[in-house]
Amino acid sequence: MAKAVSALDGASHDGYVRVEEAGLQGMITLRGDLSLDAVRAAATTASGTEMPGTREIRAAEDRALAWMSPDELLLMLPYEEAPETVQQLQDALAGTHHLAVNVSDARAMFRLSGGPPVREVAAKLCPVDLAPGRFEPGEFRRTRLAQVAAAIWMPDAQSLQVICFRSVAGYVHDLLCDAAAPGGEVGYLV
Amino acid sequence: MLQLECPNCGVTAEETEFAQGGEAHLTRRGPEASEQEFHDYLFAKENPRGVHFERWRHVNGCGKWFHVARCTATLEIFGTYSAQTLEPPREIRDRISKKRPGWSWREFA
Amino acid sequence: MSTRLAKGGRRLDRSRKIEFTFNGKRLAGHAGDTLASALLANDQVMVGRSFKYHRPRGIVASGAEEPNALVGLGEGPRFEPNQRTTTTELFDGLTCVSQNHWPSLEFDVGALNDSLARFFPAGFYYKTFLFPRPFWKHVYEPVIRQSAGLGKAPKDLDPDRYEHFHAYVDVLVVGGGLAGLQAARAAGQAGARVLVLEQTPHWGGRAPVDGGTVDGKPVEDFIADTLSELEAMDNVTLRARTMGAAVYDHGYALGYERVADHAPGAEGPRHRLWRIRAGRIVTATGAIERPLSFAGNDLPGVMLASAVRDYVVDYGVSAGDRTVVVTNNDDAYRTAITLKQAGLEVPLILDARAGGGGPLAEAARGMGIRVENGKGIAKVKGRKRVEGVAICAQAGEGAVLEEVACDAVAMSGGWSPVVHLWSHCGGKLTWDTGQALFRPDPERAPTGADGAGFVLAAGAANGALDLAGGLADADAAGKAAAKQAGHAPGRKAAPKAETEEAAPIEPVWLMPQGAGPALRMKAWLDYQNDVKVSDVQLAAREGYTSVEHTKRYTTLGMATDQGKLSNINGLATLAGALGEEIPNVGTTTFRPPYTPISMASIAGDARGRTFQPIRRTPMHDRHEANGAYWEPVGHWRRPYCYLRDGESVEDALTREINQTRASLGLLDASTLGKIIVKGPDAGRFMDMMYTNMMSTLKPGRCRYGLMCSENGFLMDDGVVARLDEDTFLCHTTSGGADRVHGHMEEWLQTEWWDWQVYTANLTEQYAQVGVVGPKSRETLQKLTDDDISAEALTFMGWTEIDLRGIPARVFRIAFAGELSFELAVPANQGRALWDMLMEAGAEFNVMPYGTEAMHVMRAEKGFIMIGDETDGTVIPQDLNLHWAISKKKDDYIGKRAQARSHMTSPDRWRLVGLETLDGSVLPDGIYAVGEGTNANGQRNMIGRVTSTYHSPTLGRGIAMGLVKHGPERMGEVLEFGKTDGTFVKARIVEPVFYDKDGEKQNG
Repeated sequence: MAKAVSALDGASHDGYVRVEEAGLQGMITLRGDLSLDAVRAAATTASGTEMPGTREIRAAEDRALAWMSPDELLLMLPYEEAPETVQQLQDALAGTHHLAVNVSDARAMFRLSGGPPVREVAAKLCPVDLAPGRFEPGEFRRTRLAQVAAAIWMPDAQSLQVICFRSVAGYVHDLLCDAAAPGGEVGYLV
Repeated sequence: MLQLECPNCGVTAEETEFAQGGEAHLTRRGPEASEQEFHDYLFAKENPRGVHFERWRHVNGCGKWFHVARCTATLEIFGTYSAQTLEPPREIRDRISKKRPGWSWREFA
Repeated sequence: MSTRLAKGGRRLDRSRKIEFTFNGKRLAGHAGDTLASALLANDQVMVGRSFKYHRPRGIVASGAEEPNALVGLGEGPRFEPNQRTTTTELFDGLTCVSQNHWPSLEFDVGALNDSLARFFPAGFYYKTFLFPRPFWKHVYEPVIRQSAGLGKAPKDLDPDRYEHFHAYVDVLVVGGGLAGLQAARAAGQAGARVLVLEQTPHWGGRAPVDGGTVDGKPVEDFIADTLSELEAMDNVTLRARTMGAAVYDHGYALGYERVADHAPGAEGPRHRLWRIRAGRIVTATGAIERPLSFAGNDLPGVMLASAVRDYVVDYGVSAGDRTVVVTNNDDAYRTAITLKQAGLEVPLILDARAGGGGPLAEAARGMGIRVENGKGIAKVKGRKRVEGVAICAQAGEGAVLEEVACDAVAMSGGWSPVVHLWSHCGGKLTWDTGQALFRPDPERAPTGADGAGFVLAAGAANGALDLAGGLADADAAGKAAAKQAGHAPGRKAAPKAETEEAAPIEPVWLMPQGAGPALRMKAWLDYQNDVKVSDVQLAAREGYTSVEHTKRYTTLGMATDQGKLSNINGLATLAGALGEEIPNVGTTTFRPPYTPISMASIAGDARGRTFQPIRRTPMHDRHEANGAYWEPVGHWRRPYCYLRDGESVEDALTREINQTRASLGLLDASTLGKIIVKGPDAGRFMDMMYTNMMSTLKPGRCRYGLMCSENGFLMDDGVVARLDEDTFLCHTTSGGADRVHGHMEEWLQTEWWDWQVYTANLTEQYAQVGVVGPKSRETLQKLTDDDISAEALTFMGWTEIDLRGIPARVFRIAFAGELSFELAVPANQGRALWDMLMEAGAEFNVMPYGTEAMHVMRAEKGFIMIGDETDGTVIPQDLNLHWAISKKKDDYIGKRAQARSHMTSPDRWRLVGLETLDGSVLPDGIYAVGEGTNANGQRNMIGRVTSTYHSPTLGRGIAMGLVKHGPERMGEVLEFGKTDGTFVKARIVEPVFYDKDGEKQNG
């Protein structure tokens, strides 16, 4: 495990918003019938959170549970714990039709910080209404970031996180840095 | 550029989040089909000026397919609904009837 | 002459001098100037030459509608042609050059075209360059290209940055004039989220120039109060230097923000393209004054009356010392009055209306200005600038009554609402006979997703041209827009302005109305494309009755200004020539953008390093350091080969292949698609997806599978591994992962939604490495204690092993035809695995090999490649892959299609190997010719090459191809026609060239 390196190994860049790759992040895709108690219980036990509603994310300490689609959840947890947790989910759901797989290595995660302007940096790249009141902490939005698929959410009012596929981490990093470059302040969503 | 509401995740988003997937409510024809039936299944698609039913996928989003009822001439959206259905819901057909009296599309009206 | 006045210029900061150059001449203006006002202040009346006749041209307008005063702006990589001086803010160090002349603006050879103008009528090019046909390419095209094009194209890479911004509002207001501000206030007070876009740096539009009183205060104060009120509203955003460029379906609009055009090189983006979704759009885009069509109306010094007024009031610049005003409406009297008040001479006002004007005319007369009713201009005197006008009766044919010396002419043919944005998405217009203008027809607004109209016009853009009417109209539009967007409007009454009496306009489409051919040939409609009244009339005579056809035939309105000044005059002229009413002729289509926007702003971030997403594998950096010569595969970058010092690509390929076949090679196969299919119905589903029987595959085993579309065509292939009873892992081609995953999900979601199957695309979860060659097992065994012997892990088997702490799946599959293992490890440990393998393989001289070596080795084995042997028209049967098509299954995707008569024809081209008789490499894609000719007299084709390489292993060219009746013609020699007309001969052979019995891969 010591040899694991995330896509950009924690690269960071300071613009008018700080952009940093979040490093190793455990992620598990859980597909199943989300109306089943068994599935909900397995997911929330693993996350230590409540069940997220449609397009929501619930977080607790170093874990989070996000709604990906009507039959899919994304569990975020410490990187090292992912393989074991997959096994626990599979055990808990034995006999229930489901799919639990470790996708920690398939993704890259970015953290934008620096206060309300994180909204407008994302709004340069995503066709999403990111105005306060329209997009708030707790919402988990899968969308398009420039030319690739991504998911965005705000852990709090001061920061915003992005998940994309690992192979395009460099592309997304460059886009975010350009969007956050000084002089590009829009001053619209603040 | 259209704006559509995905009935699966509830997001209203611009067209760049979606991918169009051709005509809705096709019945798949398999090995038992005659040459004509199979030809029609593959190639004889509706291409109306007016009320139309289509399949779309929320590809840059929840990844799910859904159906759209819309007017190809004005781009008015009459409604979006589940892909797991064999016909447009009554409610949407009624809405279309109010706006486009006398419409018909394949076996639906 | 034009000059800077001692006083006035409300936009100027006279304390700040700004230096700039025009055609190398050093000139000065003030902060607040536009380039146009600064040029006029320096008496630079003539600023360019016209497109076709190279006639001298000057500044006509003061805003976005300017057709003439275009310059090449900037230098080096920041040079841009066709920049409107009227919308260019003056900044220190600005450099610009005039266009369309050689050798100089003052003396231009191309002006010869003007003397020959009678020989260059509408359609000249269509009629002249028709015959003889061989001249098209070698004579006409070079000549036309030489003279075509406006301005010069920039040559260097644009150094600036551009970006997009997505905004969502209830009400978008386009235009920050009085109407736009009032509409925004009304909508803002209702609680709607409002965004107001203004193309200039200034708020309030032209209202301060025209003056007036609103709610008892001067209009300028009213604007200032409104602005501060709007700025205090949290739900209202004002954005200057941002043009509402376009309106599209479902409330989509574009704003074009010129962030740094006035400060080149500043930090940050140069342009920002706002991609806006609005519930309702209010177009408060104002109106544009129309020129009058009289002979010589294009001479430098002839300007729109409103522009003459703008330059005096806004910039303290006079267009001339003696200005003749010519009009068909009351508004132009304001110009005369303004000029007189500024101490300038107005020798004469020509009012084409026999009855003359209203109270404003009286006021002008009261100031001592001579006013002649029922008169017009027969002709403007002067060559490079206005020297005087010849006066005639408007009702006559142009007999000159008198000549009056002047150095400027201010003309007004009435006003046209800017209906562009209303019309972009299908809004229709109505002809307002009383005001002689087209205005939006509220009954036929562009409709949105809900079927209701989503654009509302306000103020002058809606035909409400006067102050009081415009304000009331804008207030109503703002309230209605907010209400339609879901916000109840307030009850606050609209501000009240004093209403002014005015005499009605009388349309004048030609001056004088009976002007003969000589005058009509010099009466310009479209300045930028050099289209005259006579051209449109000629088009009508030649049968162009549709306005759209006339436009294209004469090029009226097709220049960069898109006919902002010329369209209405042009179609009225056409209507006159056809004897039709104006509304029956109609307008041409208004297309976005309103004025040209930079291509770079449209591209936004999609340039340079972010032009496209580039997908990198976890080992990308290692390949880079190892001399990778990159090849794009979809968005992936894969090493084509690894170049060592002094090596050619061919050298590298030979080295990589020989090393791998002899000992050990490594392939980064991380790009292969990896899709998990799981569930109780997974087996049944896999049998539908693949032509093979997958449900019988045993856990721990792999099977090569084919995937077809419902049309029967082969779309992807790859090795499927069964992980457990419920779970399959499907490998796809590198470019095919998303497509295959989408294909699976499509069938699961839209056809068999009751089947219990889940899929997940795990392509990027794993780094995958092919360890290939006779020494592969030995190398791998050094890194693991797990048993990977031939007995424990047989060909087409897989197992899980531990590689010095890295968990791996190992597949015994062989794409190169050698003993080989494919390792899949978590992507984050891919680099560590790669390093470990390079180290462990060092004793065998391990080398990484690229995609081309992989291709050659698979071709030596006769393995097909999706995209080479397939092209969307090839079925597996064409490739002799019957063995991979289950006969036992009732159904699979593509089965019925493969039974269609054309698919089962014995005449289909089928896969064979090809060996040239001389050992050379067949050109890629080359066709084999057969007996006889087709209907076009060409030799019949009987096959084509699909893969062709030099095989270092065999020391000769090898190829695969699809040949009619191919497999039945083993040993036959075919002729392949090369592009140079010669032929190359190749023999049909079995497509497996190397290790036919598979002893090596089974090793």
